[in-house]
Amino acid sequence: MAKSVRKDETVVTEYGDRKINVITRYCKGCDICVAFCPVDVLEMKDFKVHVARIEDCTECMLCEVRCPDFAIEVVGSGKKGKAK
Amino acid sequence: MAFNYAEYIRPGKLPHIWCPGCAHGTVMKSIIRAIDRVGLEKDRTVIVSGIGCASRMPGYVDFNTLHTTHGRSLPFSTGVKLADPGLNVIAVAGDGDALAIGGNHFIHTCRRNIDITLIVFNNNIYGMTGGQFSPTTPHGKLASTTPYGNPDYAFDVVELAMGAGASYVSRSTAYHAIPLERQIADGINHKGFSVIDALCTCPTTYGRRNKLGSAVDMIGWFKDNTVGIKAAGKLPPEKVEGKILTGVFRKEEKPEYCDEYAKIIEKTGGRS
Repeated sequence: MAKSVRKDETVVTEYGDRKINVITRYCKGCDICVAFCPVDVLEMKDFKVHVARIEDCTECMLCEVRCPDFAIEVVGSGKKGKAK
Repeated sequence: MAFNYAEYIRPGKLPHIWCPGCAHGTVMKSIIRAIDRVGLEKDRTVIVSGIGCASRMPGYVDFNTLHTTHGRSLPFSTGVKLADPGLNVIAVAGDGDALAIGGNHFIHTCRRNIDITLIVFNNNIYGMTGGQFSPTTPHGKLASTTPYGNPDYAFDVVELAMGAGASYVSRSTAYHAIPLERQIADGINHKGFSVIDALCTCPTTYGRRNKLGSAVDMIGWFKDNTVGIKAAGKLPPEKVEGKILTGVFRKEEKPEYCDEYAKIIEKTGGRS
């Protein structure tokens, strides 16, 4: 798991081909993505979403679909299911 | 793969003004994905809105957009559609905007069956103006203007639209964002007036006053209190009682207004 911060305050978490981008400037800390993640990948940290366990992500995209603030993007490997 | 929302958002407009946990953003995302799914051309798509929280949505999206007076998204949409029937017209309105201030326009546009897709962001309250009760606030619920409970009974958007004669009527929620996307895409493809009742949440003025919990609790409520219309027919009645039905309630082919109007122009020998 590698973390980096882009110029526009986007926090990029990488794990193999999988990438979860959190645009912290847009995140309002509503907790919706954290609560509806079926495998508990996300956490709240200082009222912003924080990617804690990217290796468990199954790329179901539910966080991205339900985020009302356009703050989270799952750039997947294209292979659904748990990473090996 | 991640959906590229940036393609459809006006640069520099985000973050939006909606409160933390407001489901309007989720519905807006569903609309964007539905437009992408149908493959509408950006320059040939018009999004029209009235006044209210929901009506701020066209400001963020990169289409031809029109932000009009309170409750008048449908009359303006009708004008746009009649001026150029080739345009894809989508109207967005909140529950108060569509059913109270624009209630008259709503029933008559349903009756007319013009090819417009209306998405009602139904959050049971007037959020922007400070939480007054709206036509869809349930009986007994609190609002800033009903501090002892709402004595009125709520409108059912689906029943109202079907009674008034809309040819495509469906309902989904912010929890069921993917079926909502499918229904919006279906409504855009449908030739005739389509009404999609998108149940949303207002955690700030409605949820807090009625002690419905956090934004997460309110969205999770939809999961436990809705039943798909197809499943409802097979379930025992006690499991369906008191639940909100979702799904496509009506989809029928009816003569469309622009086509009928073109026939009149032809019959009278006039120019279009």
